[in-house]
Amino acid sequence: MSRAALLVLADGRFPAGGHAHSGGAEPAVKEGRIRNAEDLAEFCRGRLHTTGLTAAALAAAAAHGHDPLALDEAADARTPSPALRTVARKLGRQLMRAARATWPSPELAALARARPRGAHQPVVLGLTARAAGLGPEDAAHCVAYETVSGPATAVVRLLSLDPFEATAVLARLAPELDRIAEQATAAAHGTIDALPAACAPLLDITAEAHAAWPVRLFAS
Amino acid sequence: MHLDHAQHGPAAVSADAARPDGTRRALRIGLGGPVGSGKTATVAALCRTLRDQLSIAVVTNDIYTREDAAFLLRHAVLPPERIQAVETGACPHTAIRDDISANLEAVEDLEDTVGPLDLILVESGGDNLTATFSKGLVDAQIFVIDVAGGDDIPRKGGPGVTTSDLLVINKTDLAPYVGSDLDRMAQDAAQQRGPLPVAFTSLTSEEGVGPVADWVRGQLAAWTA
Repeated sequence: MSRAALLVLADGRFPAGGHAHSGGAEPAVKEGRIRNAEDLAEFCRGRLHTTGLTAAALAAAAAHGHDPLALDEAADARTPSPALRTVARKLGRQLMRAARATWPSPELAALARARPRGAHQPVVLGLTARAAGLGPEDAAHCVAYETVSGPATAVVRLLSLDPFEATAVLARLAPELDRIAEQATAAAHGTIDALPAACAPLLDITAEAHAAWPVRLFAS
Repeated sequence: MHLDHAQHGPAAVSADAARPDGTRRALRIGLGGPVGSGKTATVAALCRTLRDQLSIAVVTNDIYTREDAAFLLRHAVLPPERIQAVETGACPHTAIRDDISANLEAVEDLEDTVGPLDLILVESGGDNLTATFSKGLVDAQIFVIDVAGGDDIPRKGGPGVTTSDLLVINKTDLAPYVGSDLDRMAQDAAQQRGPLPVAFTSLTSEEGVGPVADWVRGQLAAWTA
């Protein structure tokens, strides 16, 4: 594996559309559940251990070489909120564009042909990692980190939270990120049906409500 | 197979001049500029002036609402299926310059659903004087400022004022009321921009957008030549 390729893929400036999404942080801020760095840490921890683990395992499985179309269906089955399924496919399509420009591969091209409107983002990410010469554990780390870095960046904009505090939250979560990535990687070596299916019902419910807000800063 | 998977070809990887089926894609023109300078009004006036001759679509990038798209819909400058809103996560300059993926999806979706198109106008959310469009997203860009925002803006420069393909100085009808010196703005703009064109507009009359529409026609002639 190339450690530098992992840095390119995990970089928050990788142009794949993530900047417009808050990972559920915008409704949580509006409803007063995130008011400061401590709340942000709890929110991120909850997201990491639920949807974070599920998404990381899907990505690890794609990087491992499981059938991406079967994984795409598995991702649908693990995403009860229609709004979040739409978001996952939209971000998957955006990532696919960036991935095919940066690490072109026949597998990415085949998935783009089969899912022109976008496959689930974690599946595309896993396949991108594969194209970049990275392994399942790298893909799992990328997705686990995105799960918490997205909300942290959004909360800096939404609450004018001190960016040093927000980054410190991410740094303190690092050991847990490693553990989740490890679990996700282990699961990726099994069958698709046995992949983790943890979810966060409140994130699903607030995502549906948020999608109907007339005025919002983030797309999700 | 899912119902939401329309089966047409995969999106182009980059901003190639040809669409995946080999046909030439629409000319893409970006409009940026500070909040309130008249970007949406310019887009609306361009659509009204050009829609009978050209097949047009618009992508809006609002900061936190869908106001600009709603304005265009309310004024019925184009049928609703020709207007798409992109959400920018509070960073309009990111969506038009650093991470153009959402905007590229929007322009390609418009070509797929309402094409063939001659022209796509991509309007940025109101931003500061440094906001410019990526060359991966648009073929040419217009920067819209107005006389009421201060007649020293052309002198101050910045990437939008100095490098845009067309600088529009809007609301010239307000100049006497806000004490803006149009001659000075023209001189300062020429100093900053060298040979790049500047258009003075007042959109209070329907012909007001004329100089911009003429410039767009010129760009389109060069694109299809």
